[in-house]
Amino acid sequence: MSASILSVEGLTMRFGGLLAVDAVSFAAQRGAITALIGPNGAGKTTVFNCITGFYRPSGGSLRLTRADGSTAQLETLKDHRITRAGVARTFQNIRLFQGMTVLENLLVAQHLVLNAATGFGIGALLGLGGYRRAEAAAIARASDWLRAIGLLERADDPAGALPYGAQRRLEIARAMCTGPQLLCLDEPAAGLNPRESDELSELLLAIRDGRSAAPTPTSVILIEHDMGIVMRISDHVVVLDHGRKIAEGQPDQVRNDHHVIAAYLGEEEEA
Amino acid sequence: MNSQALGALREALIATAVAFGLFVLMVGLRTDVSTTGALFLRTRWPEVAGLCALVFVGRLILSLWNLREAKPPSLALGKLGSKAAIVFAPALLGAALVLPMIPGIGRYELDLGILVLTYVMLGWGLNIVVGLAGLLDLGYVAFYAVGAYSYALLAQYFGLSFWVCLPLAGILAAFWGILLGFPVLRLRGDYLAIVTLAFGEIIRIVLLNWVELTGGPNGIGGIPRPSFFGLPFNMSGDPNSFAGFFGIEPDPVHRVIFLYYLILALALLTNWVSVRIRRQPIGRAWEALREDEIACRALGINVTTTKLTAFALGAMFGGFAGAFFATRQGFISPESFTFIESAIILAIVVLGGLGSQIGVAVAALVMIGGFELFRDLEEWRMLVFGAAMVVIMVVRPRGLVGSRTPTVALGTRRAIGAEHVGEGRG
Repeated sequence: MSASILSVEGLTMRFGGLLAVDAVSFAAQRGAITALIGPNGAGKTTVFNCITGFYRPSGGSLRLTRADGSTAQLETLKDHRITRAGVARTFQNIRLFQGMTVLENLLVAQHLVLNAATGFGIGALLGLGGYRRAEAAAIARASDWLRAIGLLERADDPAGALPYGAQRRLEIARAMCTGPQLLCLDEPAAGLNPRESDELSELLLAIRDGRSAAPTPTSVILIEHDMGIVMRISDHVVVLDHGRKIAEGQPDQVRNDHHVIAAYLGEEEEA
Repeated sequence: MNSQALGALREALIATAVAFGLFVLMVGLRTDVSTTGALFLRTRWPEVAGLCALVFVGRLILSLWNLREAKPPSLALGKLGSKAAIVFAPALLGAALVLPMIPGIGRYELDLGILVLTYVMLGWGLNIVVGLAGLLDLGYVAFYAVGAYSYALLAQYFGLSFWVCLPLAGILAAFWGILLGFPVLRLRGDYLAIVTLAFGEIIRIVLLNWVELTGGPNGIGGIPRPSFFGLPFNMSGDPNSFAGFFGIEPDPVHRVIFLYYLILALALLTNWVSVRIRRQPIGRAWEALREDEIACRALGINVTTTKLTAFALGAMFGGFAGAFFATRQGFISPESFTFIESAIILAIVVLGGLGSQIGVAVAALVMIGGFELFRDLEEWRMLVFGAAMVVIMVVRPRGLVGSRTPTVALGTRRAIGAEHVGEGRG
């Protein structure tokens, strides 16, 4: 819990005249779940899109420190490079490859490893051994994840045919199959029933502690509106409102912070 | 039930009214030349009445049929599609392999076979771009043209043989595929379609106007015919020709048979590469790109190179087919590479089912072969052709084989219904 895995400093994102994120700074600790909360339009997803390279920030720095001590400045990288640097994400509205099977979804996530094993495509085209081994390893890894999220028997079904809650879990497993150091989840509990939310909490705690199919603990940043989940599983909470950070700290601290209450309930600050 | 029948009757009447509006001028009135050479108007009311009656009865039957059928018809056909692929594909391949040996198959049938196989190959090549990667390419004929002209020009100016030029034509076409790919990387859907359409036309117009190099509208003639790995096909009978070397009677059909097997081999190569590559990371990345480009980017897939490889590989097979076309015809001109060719190839892919190898082959056979078979119908064949396309698209909106076979499975591989599979938005 000592070092920070991601430190965000003075992150600013401007869309024309609109200042969506205004000099936000916070740090996500290694091996912890950091929650990003705030009312609608607070700029949470914008911060996410900056971290994961979908937007290029107008200003500020995003530094990722990997487990081996190497760092990457995420604001300078293109989106697909950010995954290589060790950041994976899911989406607010699920983005699975609907027409591909559950297993194929998890294999596409391991594209980088598999593609490197093909030897410019020639080895795989001819069916050489090196690629076969790599593919077998990828399928084994995918199977481990399917077991972890309870979808092993649905491996050969199209992802689009899964129930909603299972699609959410599959998207998380797919992100984890890229082998990230930092997992970014955009509203993972949206649309889940209470039991599915509990399962999700368990899954996220397992991912954080390295008890899931991933061998090492993975740090998590999540955006979430379900305060029950946020308060239960997060180690650190960052609150945004109108593009500014208004509070951060332990869940209990944040819950009683009068700025946060004012932002959510719309009261005067003095009240 | 009665009200439903009345509804069907009303629908049939509306359809008849529309049909009457269409046919009253198109069929009912005809200008003919009289014996004196003057134009006169001939009326054909009985024909109009007949057509309207046909539409009325047809629509009524269709409406009543739909009333009885509660479940969508595509489900049963979908199962049929996957089963057909198992039994039908080897049968089709076997038939293609023995075709030249079947007695009664003459030069005309072989020429038709070559034509169909050329379109099968082009369809499979375009299938990589449109069916797998989901990039709508309306200018595929440009790569066909690049391949054909590459071979013709290399043979004309440098005297290179067909076997040297074939890979070169493929490489050059792939190069042009990448060149086209770069500017259109950011475009999606309709915009991509328009730019690729323009690209196809640009290539044709350059070929038409660069008279010093390409001969312009006169085309390039005297393109060397292919040799049997160095042994030319001719009637001389000397030991350095095909017939003389093998000690058989010289016959012009030898070359046609050779061309037939050549295009069959090229088409099968295209098929083999596409089938293999689908099971590879790059092939899966193409399909993932078709399903959801943003998710691909979030998984570390380089969208730029993935799209470019799809364009390049698709173009390469187009180039191979072009080189073959040039050597078969012995003469090429820009007229062979008009937009209608792109449209036909795309129609083959869409009718066959995006991403389906066997579907594309059957669609090419039906479209190109059928078009030739109905030659006797003269101008009516366009009507038959159009009607057939409408029927296929109504009955099978996702093509003959709309389902998708997974590339890998833990248990048994089950086809994925068309309702889940994305069509790509460029």
